Amino acid sequence: MDAIDTSPAIRARSLSKHFGPVVAVDGLDLTVRRGEVYGFLGPNGSGKSTTIRMLCGLLRPSGGDIDVLGFKIPKDAEALKRRIGYMTQKFSLYEDLTVTENLRFLAAVHGLPRAESKARIIQTLERYRIADLKTRLASTLSGGQKQRLALAGTVLHAPDLLFLDEPTSAVDPQSRREFWDSLFELADEGTTLLVSTHYMDEAERCTRLAILDHGRIVADGAPGELMSSLPGRTLLIESRELPRARQVLQGLPTVIAFAQIGASMRVLVADRDGVESDLLEALRSSDVEATIHAAAPNLEDVFVAATQKPPMPRGEAA
Amino acid sequence: MNLRRLGSIIIKELRQLRRDRLTFAMIVGLPSMQLVLFGYAINMDVRHLDAAVLDQADTARSREVVAQMGATEVLEFRYHTSTPLELEALLRSGSISAALVVPQDFERRMEDPGRPPLQLIVDGSDQVIQSAVRQLGAFAVRGNVGWTTRPPPVEIVNLYNPERRAPINTVPGLIGVILTMTMVLYTSLALVRERERGNLEMLIATPVSPWELTIGKVLPFIGIGLVQVTVVLLLGKLLFDVPVRGGLGDLYVAALVFIVASLALGIFLSTIARSQFQAMQLAFFVFLPQILLSGFMFPYAGMPVAAQWLAEILPLTHFLRLVRGIMLRGAGLMELWPSLAALGVFIVVALGIAVSRVHKRLD
Repeated sequence: MDAIDTSPAIRARSLSKHFGPVVAVDGLDLTVRRGEVYGFLGPNGSGKSTTIRMLCGLLRPSGGDIDVLGFKIPKDAEALKRRIGYMTQKFSLYEDLTVTENLRFLAAVHGLPRAESKARIIQTLERYRIADLKTRLASTLSGGQKQRLALAGTVLHAPDLLFLDEPTSAVDPQSRREFWDSLFELADEGTTLLVSTHYMDEAERCTRLAILDHGRIVADGAPGELMSSLPGRTLLIESRELPRARQVLQGLPTVIAFAQIGASMRVLVADRDGVESDLLEALRSSDVEATIHAAAPNLEDVFVAATQKPPMPRGEAA
Repeated sequence: MNLRRLGSIIIKELRQLRRDRLTFAMIVGLPSMQLVLFGYAINMDVRHLDAAVLDQADTARSREVVAQMGATEVLEFRYHTSTPLELEALLRSGSISAALVVPQDFERRMEDPGRPPLQLIVDGSDQVIQSAVRQLGAFAVRGNVGWTTRPPPVEIVNLYNPERRAPINTVPGLIGVILTMTMVLYTSLALVRERERGNLEMLIATPVSPWELTIGKVLPFIGIGLVQVTVVLLLGKLLFDVPVRGGLGDLYVAALVFIVASLALGIFLSTIARSQFQAMQLAFFVFLPQILLSGFMFPYAGMPVAAQWLAEILPLTHFLRLVRGIMLRGAGLMELWPSLAALGVFIVVALGIAVSRVHKRLD
């Protein structure tokens, strides 16, 4: 066993990346401790992929400092590549190779000794339940199977740090749950994970997470912390005239955001005394009948408050 | 059929086309290149063939005849040799395409209508040169004597392909054409495919170096290229009885160097192309001048100087010189060193540019 290293796995300071006039990442500060399952939550285009690519040394930052597992990036990127695993958003193994052939290729590319790699491949095939598929071409696998193969390929060389870029965007809910169980197994064995997602339920499972918006981290912390320190309150409004209720409330300064959930509407309001009665008053004066209850805050509320935008649809790709 | 729907598809297609800048450039580039190449460079009327003189008579009359022959501008006498051996070496190495021999008994032959007073030796490894020189067979050596001159005043000796069989001229060149076509296309496609399918992003996050990646992808094609050479040689021998007069080892070394040059070109193209479709277009774009200017289809000697310069850049031009020299004229690699050196320079330059463009990063 390695001596316990208490330095952070990832530390980035004022990291930025420009593509011509487009600012993809804008002065981002990030610290990921060892053994964490750290989540990047954000809409598409918020800079999640670009940040991950910079942290792995695949992209050269326009500014800022990166330190990953003690390596200065991009200077020591090549040395870092032996210690990390990177699972791309799109399936990036060879479709025209079989499951075993893909894994053998990756074992060799990562320089696993021949004798060790054979045992390691068998073990990995079993662990990710693809042993029955080992002679199948990767192109014939289902979305969930492909994703298990991709994860198997990413952890084959037992990396200390895993980067997973929206790993579950192409799989069904059942596979997503199983996949996250696999990630926690890896974390229990001491691997640090950085996972980007745009699913709230996934983000909620992370030990810590950062909410990204327009290339910046707009909130970060443990999901519980983020929810309890929500800068506002969540109210549930029930009415038969939701569209009109929404019109009325839209103009009020105390209302931060809305989200319609079925026949009711979640409203995020400033945390001030008498907000409920103000809202009721406003609705009543416009002849909208409605009832208001307090609701327990969830991560979606945190996300909405942090990004000041309507939240991502729950459980479906944006 | 709904015209509005049809129109919207047409507009969409044009928009996509306009954004694929390489394809857009090819729409204009390919026809322009073809027109210029066919219009200017291709000229079946061969002039100024490099030639040598061996004047064994060395009389006033013989010198006069040589000067007259030179005045036709078909031959350009660059060498004056004193032995047949020298002539042979010049022909074999490809330095000259034809040689005029004035025999010792030139004066006596001039008086004897039954015997041709001059002999023209022509390199039969190139068909067009053969036929260009053939017209000199009727050259009026004895003044304008018209119908009475029989047999022709100049005896044409067709070296290397006396029966003038077409396969002997085409098969060696065909090796080069086939290799060009497959090697450039395969490599550029193989490398671009990796990027297009997203494999590259996965690979560059591993300890693989760009050299390992490029060389590893390209090496198998060297084997494929050598198999192709063998197939053409065997079929050429079995079906058309095409000889290999030089060393088989020399031939394979030349082919190997040419294959590497073609692969280098393919690697370079792959650094420009963003998709397999673009790679295919680029491969075709460089294939065309190679076919037209290399001397495979049309004579190098008939091209204007600018086209000849361009031809000198193309690897196929040099390989054709090598392969015709070795297979048909029995030349050794050492005699043909300038072509070999040119291919070497091409490899270094093409690979150098390609490697400077391959980063192990995404940006």
